[in-house]
Amino acid sequence: MAFLDRTARGFFLSELVSGMALTFSYMFRPKVTLNYPHEKGPISPRFRGEHALRRYANGEERCIACKLCEAVCPAQAITIEAEPRDDGSRRTTRYDIDMTKCIYCGLCQEACPVDAIVEGPNFEFSTETREELFYNKQKLLDNGDRWEAEIAANLTADAPYR
Amino acid sequence: MPKLTIDGVQVEVEPGTSVLQAAEKLGIEIPRFCYHERLSVPANCRMCLVEMERAPKPIASCAMPCSDGMVIKTNTETVRKARRGVMEFLLINHPLDCPICDQGGECDLQDQAMGYGFDHSRYGESKRAVTNKNLGPLVATVMTRCIHCTRCIRFIDEIAGVPVLGATSRGEHMEVTTYVEQAIDSELSGNLVDVCPVGALTAKPYAFTARPWELRKTESIDVFDAVGSNIRVDVRGPEVMRVLPRLAEDINEEWISDKSRYAIDGLKRQRLDRPYVRRDGKLVATSWDDAFAAIAQRLNGVPGSRIAALAGDLADAESMLALKDLMIALGSPHRDCRQDGAQFDVSARAGWLFNSGIAGIEQADAILLIGTNLRWEAPLINARVRKRYLQGGLKVGVIGPQHDLTYPTTLIGAGPQSLEDLIEGRHGFAAVLKEAKRPLLILGTGAVQRRDGLAVQALARRAAETFGMITDDWNGYNFLHLAAARTGGLELGFVPGEGGLATAGIVAAAGAGELDVVYLLGADEIDGGRFGKAFVIYQGHHGDRGAHRADVVLPGAAYTEKNATYVNTEGRAQWGRQATFAPAEAREDWKILRALSAVLGHPLPYDSLGAVRRQLAATSPVFGAIDARVAASWAPFGGPGAVDAVPFAAPIENFYMTDPISRASVTMAQCTEAFILPAREKTGTHG
Repeated sequence: MAFLDRTARGFFLSELVSGMALTFSYMFRPKVTLNYPHEKGPISPRFRGEHALRRYANGEERCIACKLCEAVCPAQAITIEAEPRDDGSRRTTRYDIDMTKCIYCGLCQEACPVDAIVEGPNFEFSTETREELFYNKQKLLDNGDRWEAEIAANLTADAPYR
Repeated sequence: MPKLTIDGVQVEVEPGTSVLQAAEKLGIEIPRFCYHERLSVPANCRMCLVEMERAPKPIASCAMPCSDGMVIKTNTETVRKARRGVMEFLLINHPLDCPICDQGGECDLQDQAMGYGFDHSRYGESKRAVTNKNLGPLVATVMTRCIHCTRCIRFIDEIAGVPVLGATSRGEHMEVTTYVEQAIDSELSGNLVDVCPVGALTAKPYAFTARPWELRKTESIDVFDAVGSNIRVDVRGPEVMRVLPRLAEDINEEWISDKSRYAIDGLKRQRLDRPYVRRDGKLVATSWDDAFAAIAQRLNGVPGSRIAALAGDLADAESMLALKDLMIALGSPHRDCRQDGAQFDVSARAGWLFNSGIAGIEQADAILLIGTNLRWEAPLINARVRKRYLQGGLKVGVIGPQHDLTYPTTLIGAGPQSLEDLIEGRHGFAAVLKEAKRPLLILGTGAVQRRDGLAVQALARRAAETFGMITDDWNGYNFLHLAAARTGGLELGFVPGEGGLATAGIVAAAGAGELDVVYLLGADEIDGGRFGKAFVIYQGHHGDRGAHRADVVLPGAAYTEKNATYVNTEGRAQWGRQATFAPAEAREDWKILRALSAVLGHPLPYDSLGAVRRQLAATSPVFGAIDARVAASWAPFGGPGAVDAVPFAAPIENFYMTDPISRASVTMAQCTEAFILPAREKTGTHG
């Protein structure tokens, strides 16, 4: 009997039909793909994307050159040099992140005592040359200015869990 | 000898030992802030509380002397609770600015808060804020961070001997201050930064530039004076960030002078980083081959008797040996390592060594200083004399200019004549020296770099012998050199050979055209104009006086950039280690000489550092006994002749600028401006 059953199923293409039926049924379900450059999926407030150096509301840069991020960075992607600024405060003269080394672990923002270095929500920063991925302080500060609203919203959203 | 039990372990200690020291002997660490081994014990931080049986309260272990049958517990819940309480009180007013504090990463409070601190504060009120004090160009203050341990006050009072710091008000209003705003005029002020357990006192030149965890540490030897202080050189990348003292009980204990600590920014300025050759009156950058070719061309056919060599104050023993051997190979007897013109009887070592040793000062009970400003010439030896003075019963007599040495001195006279009077017993201090069990004299370089230098030494020897400074187990005749290179040069015989000229003779002969070539190994203290038409080869690391006059400049390595041997004024050879690399084309000095010798056709018989050091050890036993003091046997030295009536002069005009490195240093220039120039400008109507 088993032989007849298998032969009959094969003869009437029942597997093919049931497969096609499943495929067909997806035409009536909501689609999950995104029209990527125009549409984007939701991301968590904890998303670790491109780095940014933030400023205070009065425009003063937050980073105080404590070098904790440099020390904690497991990929040693961060390079900082510091000296007293003219007003005597401790500031960086150089803050470089080699984005090709970075592993996006987020330890730098965990270590930062003043929430200066953050990994923002931006993940679209691919470049055509390698050199463009060696970020300097100006680039990071510009990132911060550009993304401040989103970064601040993310930090507020995540604050209750910290 | 009291016997006590600490944490169940019995220990027997010297009477007078504190419980904290006894615990340390057993390897039990007790946290502390105010206690420091070399300072007095105020017991005001209360961090070292321990439990003692039959005592109603925890006791401060740093101030409690051990007694027989004591039972101490350092690790009970009571002790931990007490320490946690103390820590909470300390943190009430301590700001949370570790991220911007230079002490961060090497802070006692930070470390101990990890053990005894809470994760949050129960103190909601406003914290105390204190105005910062201006302590001069070396020490930065953030007084809000001060935890009132008073280590700085005790250091400046006891070790430095410049009692300018103190505390005003009480309790929460207590402030460490200089009372009247003034810079701390001490050669040891940099050590305040080390003794401060928190970040209240930090190094101004080092401010915010580096973190302790990113520094590479190298143990080395200081070259700014002849004491040979043991130092640690901290390097980040190619740059020397700071210099810290290293513990050496027999030499610098755990202090170093401000020049040793802060002149290092001079290592980045005025450096010679490539060879230069003078063409048409101008120094032109060139290659090593070119520079060597120029030297070879000029030396071609010049007889050895028309060549001379001078070694400078920072030269290491290896390069002096190489230069000496090269000069001998070229047939030149004219060489000298004493560019200050000091004269010595080179064969009698006892005549130019600090025979009692620096630690030996602590056994002395009468000290005679001859022609020396100890405070500037060797601040750490001066600190040792002050330490001895604080132990009581020390009398110090001075012949020569009298300076404020931070302890009372008796002025005996100004010149050699007074020394003669003293020997004849015509001065009251003679009786003091006669009665002393361990009398000691320190003869300064200022007393021998004069025409009658050898006669002065003979006189000093007579004084040593007259006053019983030389016995079987005591040699109180001490000569104090100024330069790190000097003793090494004398030990390995970088002095005129048979029929050779000494410094004065070399300079005069070069000026008169009797010498064709002069080789300067870092010799910068001689005015270049005096070499006349001679062809001057300068090998060194800074573009100072020597390089200015040179016809060929060979860039060498500074003391942080080479493995080198230095002999201190005691006759103790020590190895300085390479912490970083010399800039650009510059090379280690003995290697330059080795390469040059091959070009000149007289290759030196050593190709490696080990081989040079073996050769050094063969030259003098001092170089075979690293870190050990090789004592000298007493032998007659000094020269005949009468002494001049001229008073002794101080050889150093400015403590902060004595060599090419410190002259290139911005920090040292600031110190000169803050401490030296105001004193010079003072007139009778001043203030």
